[in-house]
Amino acid sequence: MLQEKRIFNRERQDKLLFAAIWSAAAITIMFLLWVVWHILSNGLAHVSWEFITGAYTRIGEASGIWAMIVSTVYMVGLSLAIAAPIGIMTAIYLTEYAAPGSKVVKTIRFCTESLAGIPSIVYGLFGMTFFVTTLGLGFSILSGSLTLAMLILPVIIRTTEEALLAVPMSYREGGYALGSSKIYTIYRLILPSALPGIVTSIILSTGRVIGESAPVFLTAGMVTQIPESVLDSGRTLTVHLYKLTQELFTQHEWDQAYATATVLIVLVLLLNMTTKFIATRMNKH
Amino acid sequence: MNKLEVNNLNLFYGDNHALKDISLPIPSRQVTALIGPSGCGKSTLLRTLNRMNDLVAGVKIEGDVMFEGDNIYQDVDVKQLRMRVGMVFQKPNPFPMSIYENVAFGLKAQGVKDKKVLDDVVEEALSSAALWDEVKDRLDSPGQGLSGGQQQRLCIARTIAMKPEVILMDEPTSALDPIATHKIEELMDELRQKFTIVIVTHSMNQAKRISDKTAFFWMGELVEHGETSQIFNQPIDKRTQGYVSGEFG
Repeated sequence: MLQEKRIFNRERQDKLLFAAIWSAAAITIMFLLWVVWHILSNGLAHVSWEFITGAYTRIGEASGIWAMIVSTVYMVGLSLAIAAPIGIMTAIYLTEYAAPGSKVVKTIRFCTESLAGIPSIVYGLFGMTFFVTTLGLGFSILSGSLTLAMLILPVIIRTTEEALLAVPMSYREGGYALGSSKIYTIYRLILPSALPGIVTSIILSTGRVIGESAPVFLTAGMVTQIPESVLDSGRTLTVHLYKLTQELFTQHEWDQAYATATVLIVLVLLLNMTTKFIATRMNKH
Repeated sequence: MNKLEVNNLNLFYGDNHALKDISLPIPSRQVTALIGPSGCGKSTLLRTLNRMNDLVAGVKIEGDVMFEGDNIYQDVDVKQLRMRVGMVFQKPNPFPMSIYENVAFGLKAQGVKDKKVLDDVVEEALSSAALWDEVKDRLDSPGQGLSGGQQQRLCIARTIAMKPEVILMDEPTSALDPIATHKIEELMDELRQKFTIVIVTHSMNQAKRISDKTAFFWMGELVEHGETSQIFNQPIDKRTQGYVSGEFG
């Protein structure tokens, strides 16, 4: 009797726990779908070819976001071009060259972790003072990219480091035991094995660059024209959306904001899907 | 003729005195087996012979390892040394690339680009490792897709491709089934004609079957070494006798 009751209780506990876990998962998915649906249902109707490729005008119906898309692409490309080589090389130094647990490793790790914890607006303030004013780069794509490069550097270092550490020690031993040099072993054996992780870290950083607003407009400005060089100011999509939400007076402005948000969401979803695709494809090899 | 000579070697992992005053000659073109219980230092000694211990932080080594009259810790470039003293590991560790690329890896690292040369070496090495017939039709398929025994023979082929003089084997069959083990042992019997082989093994039967010389280690000391038949049939030291008769270990 007693044992039967205990089993019954345990079964009930199991069911309760399962229900709790299931609801938590369901709520997560529901929120995500809700936000996406909310943006798409309000914005998709206003996304047209003219909207994507048109120039921005403050007044009138025929306004577009082409300049913002170009600025965003510039910003992503340049900040990655600055941060990715530095970040990857730092990670290689940390995992392959520095003695594990040494002072240098601890110092660099402490620095990257602290950097990662600083609110992004602080980077913006620093970038505005240092890159824009002190270095005289002005409000420009370059100032913005340098600032964002600092912001994504910890992410790239950390994820690349993890990818490199996940490469089995036996590969390194095997490589060195054949008399191959350290550089060759890293370049032909360790980096290729870590590539899926490195690609993931770069795509995550891309998402971060696209998503930032405050540090971007503090350093790259908000000019709504296509930048002719990296020394021109430019407005990224996220900054544009931020700016639009500051002055939502007419229905047209609401529509523009939602349309911009739609483009952003689709972009981020595409990025995530690309990450998944690349990661699974590379893992097969 | 001794290929390698270990003279008064002491090795420390931090404060741990892992190898105590080891002196051991390793004769040319013979199989020398290093036996002893876990943690006795036999693998550590094997790894000093091609300086793999350099990869471990905090290792201190005193004494000499002479390789054909050169002190490997002073006179020889470590990359050159590892080409001449190859190593096969306990767990087969093929690289995540094709069978062909696995075998060609070491040569490519030396800058060999000539396709004809690489093709020849790959075929020769795979043949010497008794793997060619099994893989010749799928050289482009991944090395990690082979069975465990084939993977280990691939790793042996990869080592042979460098045309080494010595092959170090760290318990090369401990991760394999009896049939695959048998194949590797047969292979070693052929390899001994061309190479000097040093093998660490946990299996006393294996040491008996394949080795010419045996060295018995106990808690970082080299207790006794000599002809394999002598070590197993007339051991001098009581500890050797206890170990080879299966009383402990």
